[in-house]
Amino acid sequence: MLLEIAALNGACASAVDSGRLEDWPEFFLDQCLYKVTTAENQEKGYQAGLIYADSKAMLVDRISALREANIYERQRYRHILGMPLIIASPDGTATAETSFIVVRTMRDGHMMVFAVGVYLDKLQRNDAGAWRYAERIVVCDSQRFDTLLAIPL
Amino acid sequence: MVDHARARVTRAQTARDLREIGNWLSCLTKAANTTTPSRENEMDQPVHELPTAAWPPGLTRVPYWVYRDAEVARDEQSRIFEGAGWHYLCLEVDVPDTGDYRTTMIGAMPVVAARAEDGEIVAFENRCAHRGALICLEDGGKSKDFQCVYHAWRYDLRGNLTSVAFRRGVNGKGGMPDDFKLEGHGPRKLRTAVLCGLVFGTLAHDAPDIETYIGPEVMVRLRRVLHKKVEVIGRFTQQLPNNWKLYMENVRDTYHASLLHTFFTTFRITRLSQGGGVMVSENGVAHASTTLAAAKGPDDSYAGMRSDNQGFQLQDPSFMNAVPEFNDNINLQILSVFPGFILQQIHNALAIRQIVPRGVDSMDLHWTYLGFADDTPELRAMRLKQGNLAGPAGFVSMEDGAVGGFVQRGIAAADGEAAIVEMGGASAEGSETRATEASVRGFWKAWRAQMGV
Repeated sequence: MLLEIAALNGACASAVDSGRLEDWPEFFLDQCLYKVTTAENQEKGYQAGLIYADSKAMLVDRISALREANIYERQRYRHILGMPLIIASPDGTATAETSFIVVRTMRDGHMMVFAVGVYLDKLQRNDAGAWRYAERIVVCDSQRFDTLLAIPL
Repeated sequence: MVDHARARVTRAQTARDLREIGNWLSCLTKAANTTTPSRENEMDQPVHELPTAAWPPGLTRVPYWVYRDAEVARDEQSRIFEGAGWHYLCLEVDVPDTGDYRTTMIGAMPVVAARAEDGEIVAFENRCAHRGALICLEDGGKSKDFQCVYHAWRYDLRGNLTSVAFRRGVNGKGGMPDDFKLEGHGPRKLRTAVLCGLVFGTLAHDAPDIETYIGPEVMVRLRRVLHKKVEVIGRFTQQLPNNWKLYMENVRDTYHASLLHTFFTTFRITRLSQGGGVMVSENGVAHASTTLAAAKGPDDSYAGMRSDNQGFQLQDPSFMNAVPEFNDNINLQILSVFPGFILQQIHNALAIRQIVPRGVDSMDLHWTYLGFADDTPELRAMRLKQGNLAGPAGFVSMEDGAVGGFVQRGIAAADGEAAIVEMGGASAEGSETRATEASVRGFWKAWRAQMGV
């Protein structure tokens, strides 16, 4: 199970980092929760997120907005993922925590550590038996975001 | 410090005199001639004279050096942030009980806002009177009093110095001189005002009260939204790569919203062809722009523009679901108070944005997402989903985060040039159309008044 979940994390990050953004929502169940927040918001119990999607369709919409609507400078991410920590795995589901570092490289070559934090994931197998995210809360250690958060973390 | 300020006052007066005599063109030429050599010798000249005299008459041109000059930034700190303006500090609900406090910034100045024993919300500079260390290190909390960590000097909740460690020395040796008076020392205290659940502060103890500062028209717009107890539902900080004024201008720029932001236009959240308008207070300090709900039927006024992307369809449009909650048909209202306070209502997405400059080409935008304490679960769920429009990752706001940087980089070699702010004429008065830059001109009216330019 550990290797399966690590593989899912790697595949999801690879879709984002290589610019295959349209593939990214496919790692989620149709009914899901994806939220980007910060450690401080999480500790205080604040509900809002920088990104807050409660369906796979909303994730698809975010990608199409990035492709067709939004204005932002060309940039790419590189995710470095930690080993997933499996918290619980009752029948057919799993809860996992995985640390991440995202380095962002802008079109002019400027690089920065853009986000560091932990994915709090709830996973389930889909009908085909593959692990998918039922919930992914992206908890960033810092509350400060440089310029904008366009590409999902 | 005093000499510096006096020099600036003299220069500002000179500027006013010159403005009356000279014309914009000759001034601009002069500016170009005087700034270029000083930039060549920048390493040798610690401070170059600003071409203040070249400020064009009227409000329709903004010289680009105003976004780039370190001396302007220093003057803004003394004249605006520590000067005549009122500044947002925190929410009343951040400090509900005695001893609750929150720390914030007014420009470069760190500030503590606290609820005192008598229930008043007070504020003082977050700086120990002894060696200048921060008194409070946390964003907020609860305390009986404050103690500087460096040498344990203590302050009460109002920022009064109450004790000095080893003031009498040890065994009769050391200690402070006998004539050292506690009451003669302490951090600077602010005058505070609570308005619609917002806490504002100013160092100008003789300034007009906050409601006069904002003006009656915009006060109505403020009360419209903040009419009952709010609840914080999220806090984020967006670091923007631009001078703080570029962001505030963007907020007050009713002209750009539907042109830059495809989302607004495509989904008819705000279009210039929708009803609404902009109001600007007499002194230019406050503005409020509104957009009414879209009329039914076709609207071809944006045909052919990038921002009207009719091919763009949402698979899950549920996050666009909204309910009118202010007994009117205003879809969107953006309100600002010079220099750094913004209140946002986009459908049911409510937020406060606070501007904190961090150098000539950098600023922090502190977002506080709000709901009301009595939100139904359904309404709260709507706010969370509509939150996707605003903030650092907002379908709309992310572009405002980037566009200031585009200007800052674009003007890097344009100290002798000026921006054009002429949509809708030359006045800073309110208007029934948002195809105007009246509110941006209002910003400069307030800025120039407080800066003495």
